[in-house]
Amino acid sequence: MITDVLTVAAEGGTEHNPIIPLWQEVVLGLVAFSILCFVLIKFVFPMMEKTFAARVDAIEGGIKRAEAAQAEANQLLEQYKAQLAEARTEAARIRDEARADAEGIRQDILGKAREESDRIIGAGREQLAAQRESIVRELRSEVGTLAVDLAGKIVGESLADEARSRGTVERFINELGTAGSAGGRR
Amino acid sequence: MIEQSLVLASEVPFPPSVEDFYLPSIVPWGAHDSYWFTKITALMWVSVAAIIIFFLVTYRKPQLVPTKKQWLAESIYGFVRNNIAVDMLGKRGINFAPYLTTLFVFILLMNFWAIVPFAQISPNSHIAFPAILAVISYVMFIYIGMKHHGGLKYFKHALIPPAPWFILPLLIPIEFFSTFLVRPFSLAVRLFANMFAGHMLLLVFTLGGFAMLNANIWFAPFSLVSWAMTIALTFLEFLVICLQAYVFTVLTASYVQGALADEH
Repeated sequence: MITDVLTVAAEGGTEHNPIIPLWQEVVLGLVAFSILCFVLIKFVFPMMEKTFAARVDAIEGGIKRAEAAQAEANQLLEQYKAQLAEARTEAARIRDEARADAEGIRQDILGKAREESDRIIGAGREQLAAQRESIVRELRSEVGTLAVDLAGKIVGESLADEARSRGTVERFINELGTAGSAGGRR
Repeated sequence: MIEQSLVLASEVPFPPSVEDFYLPSIVPWGAHDSYWFTKITALMWVSVAAIIIFFLVTYRKPQLVPTKKQWLAESIYGFVRNNIAVDMLGKRGINFAPYLTTLFVFILLMNFWAIVPFAQISPNSHIAFPAILAVISYVMFIYIGMKHHGGLKYFKHALIPPAPWFILPLLIPIEFFSTFLVRPFSLAVRLFANMFAGHMLLLVFTLGGFAMLNANIWFAPFSLVSWAMTIALTFLEFLVICLQAYVFTVLTASYVQGALADEH
């Protein structure tokens, strides 16, 4: 077995041990890997980190902007709601006021109308009373004259002067009036 | 026809040996003891060039809303950055993410040659490359530890666990052994051995098919099974390729994490 390996090695010129690195390959490998490291670490991956950062920034910035807009919209909404509520209470107040005013005006007009009607009725009554008074006065004098004339014709002499002087006719009519008014009430 | 195939098969050497990993050099053509320009180093240069070109082209004009290619480049970096660096090292991980990503991509592509048709050997099956990366990781975590803890205090911190004094004579050598002796070797050998074994397996099943044909023409069905196994193993290799690149990166990150840790 060992001799076999040795003969193979002798034929191949040099025997290789896979555990022992070839120094040429070490040198070349070091150079190649250094170049690779240099290029990638210096030029490629920092760019990637930058892109990642920019992307994070873009996304976070977008979210922040959206949040700000949302907050602003909410604030506006609150404001509008407050304004609307204010307007509603204002409207209700105005309505109440108007209602109260209308009621006041109605009462006012009613009162005035009542006063007016009272006044008109009062005036009518007064006028009536005055007319009645004057009619009564006229009637009284008329009736007196008629009665005296009639009595004079019956008696045959003029009683007019005497009657006038004694107030007989007045007294009689007053009695009539008293009796008439008492009878009317009854 | 049969004569021909027999002749063809008889030219295939079996079993494959270590020497199959040391192909004749390209420049100068066919030399057996020149290693400056071989298939291995050529694949390495192609890997480096491909990675550099890919990243420079896709990230020439980065945009806030990424294009497909830019997205691909970003997800590679983002994967290592978020799932390895930041996961294990926290905020400080962002500083290490560029190196870890470079490491990950480099190992991944170097491994990947193991299953690329016509290449079909990974430069990482030569221990030189895993060794370089392991030594860089080793130097890096010790340097970071010394910087973080202040010079030699790092070694005191790393070597002396908070334990009763009578245990320390036992613990200090163990800590020293596991942290400062084994780590670079385990890193390098794990990657190297996986790629070496993967290539060896593919060789065994491919060449084995020819060897059986060579032994007896009636073994042809077994040869077919053997070649089918090669295809299946190629898929397994793909898994190993990704896993080993990931493991190497994660272990490097974990060593850095240990160096930065303030408690034991």
